[in-house]
Amino acid sequence: MDFVNLTIDQVAVTVPRGTTILEAARKININIPTLCHHPDQKVKANCRICLVETGEDQLDTACSTQVREGMKVLTTSKLVRETQKGVLELILANHDQDCLKCIRNGNCELQDLCERFAISRGDLGLIAPGDVTVDARPKDLFNPAIVRDYGKCIKCNRCVEVCREVQDAGILSAAFRSTDYTIQPAYGRTLDATLCTYCGQCIAVCPVGAIYEKTETDRVWEALDREDLHVIVQVAPAVRVTLGEEFGCEPGTPVTQKIVAALRRIGFDRVYDTDFTADLTIIEEGYELIDRIRHQGTLPMITSCSPGWINYMEGFFPEMIPHVSTCKSPQQMFGALSKTYYADKTQIPPSKIFTVSIMPCTAKKFEAKREEMVQKGIPDVDAVLTTRELAKLIKVAGIDFNRLQGEEFDAPFGMTTGAGVIFGASGGVMEAALRTVYEVLTKEEMPQINLYALRGTEGIKVSSLQIGDLEVKVAVANGLKNARQLVEEVKAGDSPYHFIEIMGCPGGCLGGGGQPINTDLKIKEARMKGIYQVDQTMAIRKSHENPRIKELYEEFLKEPNSPVAHRILHTHYQSRE
Amino acid sequence: MDELMRREVLKIIESQGKAREALIPVLKAVQRVNPKQYIPQEVSQLVASTMGISESEVYEVVSFYAEFSEKPRARNVIRICDSTVCRVTHHRKTAELLEAALGIRVGEATEDGVFCLEYSPCFGACDVAPAIRINDRVYGNLDGEKLEEILQSYRR
Amino acid sequence: MKKEMALITENFLRYGPPDTAGYLEIGGFTGLEKALAGSPEELVRTIEASGLRGRGGAAYPTGKKMRQSAAYEGDTKYLICNADEGEPGTFKDRELLEKDPLGVLEGMVIAAHGVGATQGILYLREEYSHLLGLLEDSLAAMRQDGYLGRGILGGPLDFDITVFVGAGAYICGEGTSLIESIEGKPGRPRNKPPYTKAQGLFMKPTLVSNVETFSGITAIVRHGAEVFTGYGTPMSPGTKLISLCGNVNRPGTYEVPFGTTLEEIVMGIGEGVAGGRALKFVQIGGISGPLLPKEFLKMPLSYEAFEKEGLSIGSGAVLVVDETTDILDFLDAVAAFFKHESCGKCTPCREGNRQIMNILKRMREGVALPSDPENIQRIANTMKYASFCGLGKTAPTALLSAVRYCPEEIFTRRGL
Repeated sequence: MDFVNLTIDQVAVTVPRGTTILEAARKININIPTLCHHPDQKVKANCRICLVETGEDQLDTACSTQVREGMKVLTTSKLVRETQKGVLELILANHDQDCLKCIRNGNCELQDLCERFAISRGDLGLIAPGDVTVDARPKDLFNPAIVRDYGKCIKCNRCVEVCREVQDAGILSAAFRSTDYTIQPAYGRTLDATLCTYCGQCIAVCPVGAIYEKTETDRVWEALDREDLHVIVQVAPAVRVTLGEEFGCEPGTPVTQKIVAALRRIGFDRVYDTDFTADLTIIEEGYELIDRIRHQGTLPMITSCSPGWINYMEGFFPEMIPHVSTCKSPQQMFGALSKTYYADKTQIPPSKIFTVSIMPCTAKKFEAKREEMVQKGIPDVDAVLTTRELAKLIKVAGIDFNRLQGEEFDAPFGMTTGAGVIFGASGGVMEAALRTVYEVLTKEEMPQINLYALRGTEGIKVSSLQIGDLEVKVAVANGLKNARQLVEEVKAGDSPYHFIEIMGCPGGCLGGGGQPINTDLKIKEARMKGIYQVDQTMAIRKSHENPRIKELYEEFLKEPNSPVAHRILHTHYQSRE
Repeated sequence: MDELMRREVLKIIESQGKAREALIPVLKAVQRVNPKQYIPQEVSQLVASTMGISESEVYEVVSFYAEFSEKPRARNVIRICDSTVCRVTHHRKTAELLEAALGIRVGEATEDGVFCLEYSPCFGACDVAPAIRINDRVYGNLDGEKLEEILQSYRR
Repeated sequence: MKKEMALITENFLRYGPPDTAGYLEIGGFTGLEKALAGSPEELVRTIEASGLRGRGGAAYPTGKKMRQSAAYEGDTKYLICNADEGEPGTFKDRELLEKDPLGVLEGMVIAAHGVGATQGILYLREEYSHLLGLLEDSLAAMRQDGYLGRGILGGPLDFDITVFVGAGAYICGEGTSLIESIEGKPGRPRNKPPYTKAQGLFMKPTLVSNVETFSGITAIVRHGAEVFTGYGTPMSPGTKLISLCGNVNRPGTYEVPFGTTLEEIVMGIGEGVAGGRALKFVQIGGISGPLLPKEFLKMPLSYEAFEKEGLSIGSGAVLVVDETTDILDFLDAVAAFFKHESCGKCTPCREGNRQIMNILKRMREGVALPSDPENIQRIANTMKYASFCGLGKTAPTALLSAVRYCPEEIFTRRGL
């Protein structure tokens, strides 16, 4: 390999040719400030905060400038410090700096820089004293999932890139010029008037508080305060390996029992596990697949658990509707059961049950509000909180999360399997489904239930499994641009697969738009490892072996895909065009 | 968008091609055929879906370039230079003359939809300042009489 | 005292474009014939010997640029003529395209031979779209006569030119923005590397030069480098087109040898300030240039003289402003222009122009902050050092020069 020698702040460093100054500096523990830079994205160099001196009176952006032989870089010269501060000052001068009220207080890249440079908007000397106005569009608050706060946007373009190039939705424009320059949907529409999938990946990459979930924590507190309501909560698979990050744990650390304990402290009447309805999804979806294969139904069948994917499909590829499983997502199966089976069992009227879900996802907020998910005015799920909102809830409640004694989920929806847990990782639904489908069809024990070919963060994974005399061909995609590739094959009629799993977010739910922020590929990999670890330690690892699921069928649903199951656990889709 | 406009837009794309580099020529042409000299949302959406570009990318172009308007204008767009040279040579008189002649302010359109008035950055007619542009023609060394004559020629 | 001359402009009004026959009669296409008779290397050497520098504003040596471009190989190489003359107060490229389009296009074909370009594009600013017909007719006539197309003049050179009309954006005068624009995107500048010469339009090797540069190439090859270097100063050989405008008796495009003083241009060629009023300042190089008070009139127009003062000749615009103009009013026009034209991509330019507009407004309204003089300096410096491209780097130039040369009128009188 070709190496280049240079000095950074008089320290000699040798790095491969093509390395940027930013990367070279990090190698010797010099942390050049950045703002538009994101490890998983293209170099943008538009914020200009990472300027360093590369020659006399010459500044270059460290993120975009490659090292040259003999280069002498200064990262803290007077000119560098003053210019970086000058850039920061210009951002702040038109930034709605109400940090204490901001959702990203304490977790904001701009705030970190203000702290580092010891400046705040109030004492810039650039704006008239007391002037708090900023020149920006009003907030977009018109959908149930995502808020865009234009007064906070620093125009880094990360959300544009993720929406267009990773999620293939292309909802956001870098529109207009100069002071009118705004990151917004075409023709100034609000998100609800676009084909936004509400996947929330824009939130996950936003360096500041310009994009965030429409929070429902207040509604949840109000419900908890009401004596007449029975408030129950479900926790999605991917939340248990990410919430810990909000409390200083290493990414991927499972904190399942602590979550249960915290939710009880907060005051939920019952604490349940979405993994239970993930198991149920596997039964319903598995039998649907078997039925489609046996009776020449539409193939390939595509999973339906990811509402980001469903929104994308309904918006951009409605012709895929016949391919998509009619199963509701685990969140909605739980919700539907909570207002039927559970209501019957507990003798509490559905109108007095308030069902909350903790999800790694912003699209789940939208999903819960869909008309198909509301029966006679009573929503199956009443409120959806993201992982981040749960962390806020715990903090507001003053709970010392790390010192909590772990507790177990309540019965009956607390009995779960490893198959349910792995729903949180891309490939997990497929793996869980195959564990069940294999054994249902062959009536034999599956020799190897760890399907490694389906694991990992790659965008598209394919595999096949010999089940009896049928070779079942499967594919898994995460991230909507990857999904599109598989969908285009289906559309063209040359998809070789029987079953396709699609998760809207890169990495699956563990990389969801509701997860702790500052995520990059490495963190996602750690979370994924955590999920498979949990699976490995579970006593039961196949959905059809879950005794409570068997009980549910015996008591209520009768059999998979029965009329009652169809009425309660299945749904339909419509084109959003 | 009526069917006629729809067909017109598709015809334009047919002739310019669907390559990304055809986008600006296509947008110019679709704006030109619009009696109000603008590119409405439905037209952008049709251009986007026909050319296989996301609407957000089409809008980036529409909103970026000064030639394009997302709001209705008029059949003839009159631009008055607002840059330094015309300021020192007292262009404001030209604006006043035009406003008086048309009965509208800069930024507005006449009721009959024949003219609208806009400020524009320098269009390189500084040697004949004060100057205006009507659509893509430039008129320089203007006075009140000449202006009226020019406007009359567009009213017909 | 008049120093007007005609080298690059020698064919103005001597033929009726797009009449190729008329152009041929007055020596047109002889430069191209000469160039094609020699090797590309000889051509590049001629241009190097002429000392020609890019006339768009950056003044990069044209011969050097051609040599670098020639070194890139590939099936496709683009040659772009930058006719996005957006610099307010500048209209010399418009004159060249109007009065001698064949001279410009001939220069493009000559340069294509030198660098091995396969396809030419003339990027015409939208505001000049009235010239599109003339340019297309000129190209058709050249094609008809074998000066464009396959096997130009019976030789091995295959080269054709198309016109791309912009859609109104000053920033597209910047090379990478211009390329983005041709590719059908907003004209926002690209990161470098990759450099345009290696990966420009559609990621192919690309050479972008100004209209006047191509006209210069035609004149140099037609007459020989030594004729060109016979004019001007040793460090700034040849001639320069000046766009003279503002409060001057005789505005227009004039060709002058380098070394001509500003006084000779304004008072001589321009016949002085209109209405006999007193001169307040001249702005050199367009709206991104400095405001120079009358003491600077003695300064010769040359790269070296300007560099010594920390100035730039820019596009060659000379805007004459008389005593009746209020300096804050003028600076407001400058700031408004940049506020309109900044592409918005980078913080210093987008936000810097916003704050400068705010400060000027406060000053005009008499509610300036005590910190505003300092604010101007600080913002201008940030813009100069931190902006993504030349637009933001030069946007505060006029303001900084005004603060430097007229602090009394700007600050003292306002109690600042």
